[in-house]
Amino acid sequence: MMRFMLLFSRQGRLRLQKWFTAISEREKKKIIREMTTMVLARPPRTCNFLRWKDLKIVYKRYASLYFCLGVEDEENELLALEIIHRYVELLDKYFGNVCELDIIFNFEKAYFILDEFLMGGEIQETSKQIVNRAIESSDMLQEVRCMKTHTHPTAF
Amino acid sequence: MSPSVPLQEMIRAIRSARTQCEERGVIQRECAAIRAQFRNTDNEGRSHNLAKLLYVHMLGYPAHFGQMECVRMIASPRYSDKRVGYLGAMMLLDEKQDASLLITNSIKNDLSHSNQYVQSLALCTLACMGSAEMCRDLAPEIDRLLRSSNSYIKKKAALCAVHIVRKVRELGELFVPSARSLLSEKNHGVLHGAVVLITQLCEQSPETLERFRKTVPDLVQIMKGLVISGYSPDHDVAGVSDPFLQVRILRLLRILGRHNEAASDAMNDLLAQVATNTDSTKTVGNAVLYETVLTVLDIKSESGLRVLAVNILGRFLLNNDRNIRYIAMTSLQKIVVTDHIAVQRHRGTIVDCLKDQDASVKRRALELSLALVSASNIRSTMKELLIFLSSCPPELRAHAASGIFNAAERYAPSQRWHIDTILHVLTTAGADVRDETVPNLIQLITNTSELHCYTVHKLYRALLTDISQQPLVQVACWCIGEYGDLLLKGECQETEAVQVTEDDVLDALEIVLQSHMSTPTTRGFALTATMKLSTRIIDNVDRIRSVVSIYGSCIDVELQQRAVEYNALFKKYDHMRAAVLERMPVIQKNSVGQTNGEVGEETVKESQAAKVAQKEMALPPQPAGQVCDLLDLLGGSQEPLQPSSSLGGAASTQPTTAGGDLLDLLGGLEPTPPTPAPAVTVYEKNGVTLTISCEQQSDSGLTVTLTASNSSDSDISGFTLQAAVPKSVQLQMRAPSRDSLPANGAAKLTQLVILNNPNKVNLKMRIRVSYTSQGSAVQDMVQVDSFPGIGAAGL
Repeated sequence: MMRFMLLFSRQGRLRLQKWFTAISEREKKKIIREMTTMVLARPPRTCNFLRWKDLKIVYKRYASLYFCLGVEDEENELLALEIIHRYVELLDKYFGNVCELDIIFNFEKAYFILDEFLMGGEIQETSKQIVNRAIESSDMLQEVRCMKTHTHPTAF
Repeated sequence: MSPSVPLQEMIRAIRSARTQCEERGVIQRECAAIRAQFRNTDNEGRSHNLAKLLYVHMLGYPAHFGQMECVRMIASPRYSDKRVGYLGAMMLLDEKQDASLLITNSIKNDLSHSNQYVQSLALCTLACMGSAEMCRDLAPEIDRLLRSSNSYIKKKAALCAVHIVRKVRELGELFVPSARSLLSEKNHGVLHGAVVLITQLCEQSPETLERFRKTVPDLVQIMKGLVISGYSPDHDVAGVSDPFLQVRILRLLRILGRHNEAASDAMNDLLAQVATNTDSTKTVGNAVLYETVLTVLDIKSESGLRVLAVNILGRFLLNNDRNIRYIAMTSLQKIVVTDHIAVQRHRGTIVDCLKDQDASVKRRALELSLALVSASNIRSTMKELLIFLSSCPPELRAHAASGIFNAAERYAPSQRWHIDTILHVLTTAGADVRDETVPNLIQLITNTSELHCYTVHKLYRALLTDISQQPLVQVACWCIGEYGDLLLKGECQETEAVQVTEDDVLDALEIVLQSHMSTPTTRGFALTATMKLSTRIIDNVDRIRSVVSIYGSCIDVELQQRAVEYNALFKKYDHMRAAVLERMPVIQKNSVGQTNGEVGEETVKESQAAKVAQKEMALPPQPAGQVCDLLDLLGGSQEPLQPSSSLGGAASTQPTTAGGDLLDLLGGLEPTPPTPAPAVTVYEKNGVTLTISCEQQSDSGLTVTLTASNSSDSDISGFTLQAAVPKSVQLQMRAPSRDSLPANGAAKLTQLVILNNPNKVNLKMRIRVSYTSQGSAVQDMVQVDSFPGIGAAGL
């Protein structure tokens, strides 16, 4: 399974963090620091895989953003690269020629898209169209002022 | 959809702050505003506020005051509120926070919501941060959703079930039937989720794995459909149909086919088909091929398929993409021991990868090259390795140097080649070689007596060029000291003759002595070498005497001691000097387990001479101490159970030989033959009897023998013993003599346990017995409080 996904800029500013295991805030901060230093220090023409503690780190740079995925030992690294690429494609389709600013100013949308693609450290949906349609429908639902369709009383 | 304007304004304000201080100010103001608005129960802007807080949290600022707001938002009837509320829960709440329990009820309600997007939010949050409590509560709900007709919900429920099973193992049983039925789905998302769930269930429990083996034909069918089917626009990635699903199915097949002939046979054809049909021009095709190769190599595949797999890896090695070369080498490294011949075919490519620019590829290539060295390819491989050594990155030097030494030692075609290789390494990477190289090399040189002349000439020349590489200088000094007479003779068959005068040699040694680059050890070598030359040269003995007396007042204590002793040799014991400093006899190769108490050569009764000999042979420190520490690590804090596997094996031989040497040094204390100790029965059940007997080996060491026998009518299989002892006692279990007990006592099982009780605590042992009898697994625990054969007061 995947343990975490981080997006950060060339200057090391965090743009997105998704954790798939329960760890403390301090531990998260430490990992973020170590990942940014390790990945940003890599020279340009090296391979995209690293070993860190007992995890494999797969990273890829798209324009000014680094996408960094921490996966467990049995995972297929080449497929992890494909996962990163698929996520970028989904963002691109949603925002139309996505750039870093889109992700900064609409970070919650980036999370919603990620939550339709990955879940619990695994891939949730392998079809791009289905993920896109789900996001569009959820967005439309958000526009509706109040929901008329719920039949169960929600507890407050 | 419309962006959140208040959120974007805040983000803009934060980004326009020019300094860290200004940013903190903006954020403090914003947080204060957010907190004020939380108290206000206005409906409109609530989601925007929480979103702002989440942004601030991502920048690294504290946001715990938003936790209760998340709980409130999740309970709101509006979808926009729920969406942000659940996002906040995933970011701010984790199972360690108390507030997380409060959302359990909301999640439960939302799981049965009529709108699938609300259900989806609840499922996602549960899979992200659900604690064990919440999982236990909601597992039946998830199982119900696994049977729903909505594939959007089913696929999410499957992954939620995976999380539940990871958190609470026992709930795995609950999901087995639904997992099985999900395999007949057509929807790829659901299928993927099902495969992940089944993989998780199989990894956790061997019994479930047995049950799911029957699904292998279905999985093969699904894969075939994916591989052969035509273009499917929904799932196609660069010509490969749903690579994500293919890789997951391959991984599941790997787990099911491992150690099982029948299952492996059933998937042979499929794997061959995938391996040959998948398009390898893009990364995605290579990802599938990679997974296929891993599966083929892990299951009991036929040899033709294995060769195919290794050839794919060989092709990967030639790929332009650095990533693919890297993973090819990682995989080859795993199989280099088992499929050695197949990997040898690609040795040329691997050795070429030593020249790659990427450091990780280089490291892998180095390890593989060292693993592939054999008697037939030693010369060519060594050439490449030596070229690599001169240009390799500094962090790999030590590893490369020691690897080259090992390879040279095992496969050297000739002595001269061996010495040349070592000299080459010392001159290129001398600073990075390990400490025991020096005595090893010295020992090697003394053994090749016909090459002494050649060696000393080469070393002298190397010494003249460069005195910064300490190991090289040490070996050179030692050789010049020992074989100085050969050096001065001038002629040598193997290399060109060079006229070397005594002054030249003494100059060289003096330069080493005085150089600030020389370490104290090196200077010690140089001083001793100078001293030895006093018997091998004719004219300049006085010069040596003066050098030696100068160092009699050196600040370094070691040098001072040596100089004083040598001075004494000149003055009072001059008649012994020649005998003391004569040529050393051939040194025996010291094995690792011996103590420093072992005295090397005794040429003279003079203890000083013996000390000189010992200093030269800096024996490697006893690793036995490390073994005991390892046992302590395994011992852990509370009396844990130690695996009965043969950790014993190699590591255990060292402490016991150390004990043996100790006894020898004490003047040959004969270990009294152990009186046959009485055996006490500690466990008797189902016909299985376990007896225990002890022998005291030393002051704190005790050997316990566990003997098991089976008096029932049916065979017992999978018999294992595990033992735990109090914290300060060290325990080592040797491998058992067998792992099954045939019926009616046909054979007994014995297992030795070595204990060390240095603190002399009251000795107790807890033994766990596990075995399978008549198809059912039995596990029992026995506590042993008194050990037969030792005193009642403990050791």
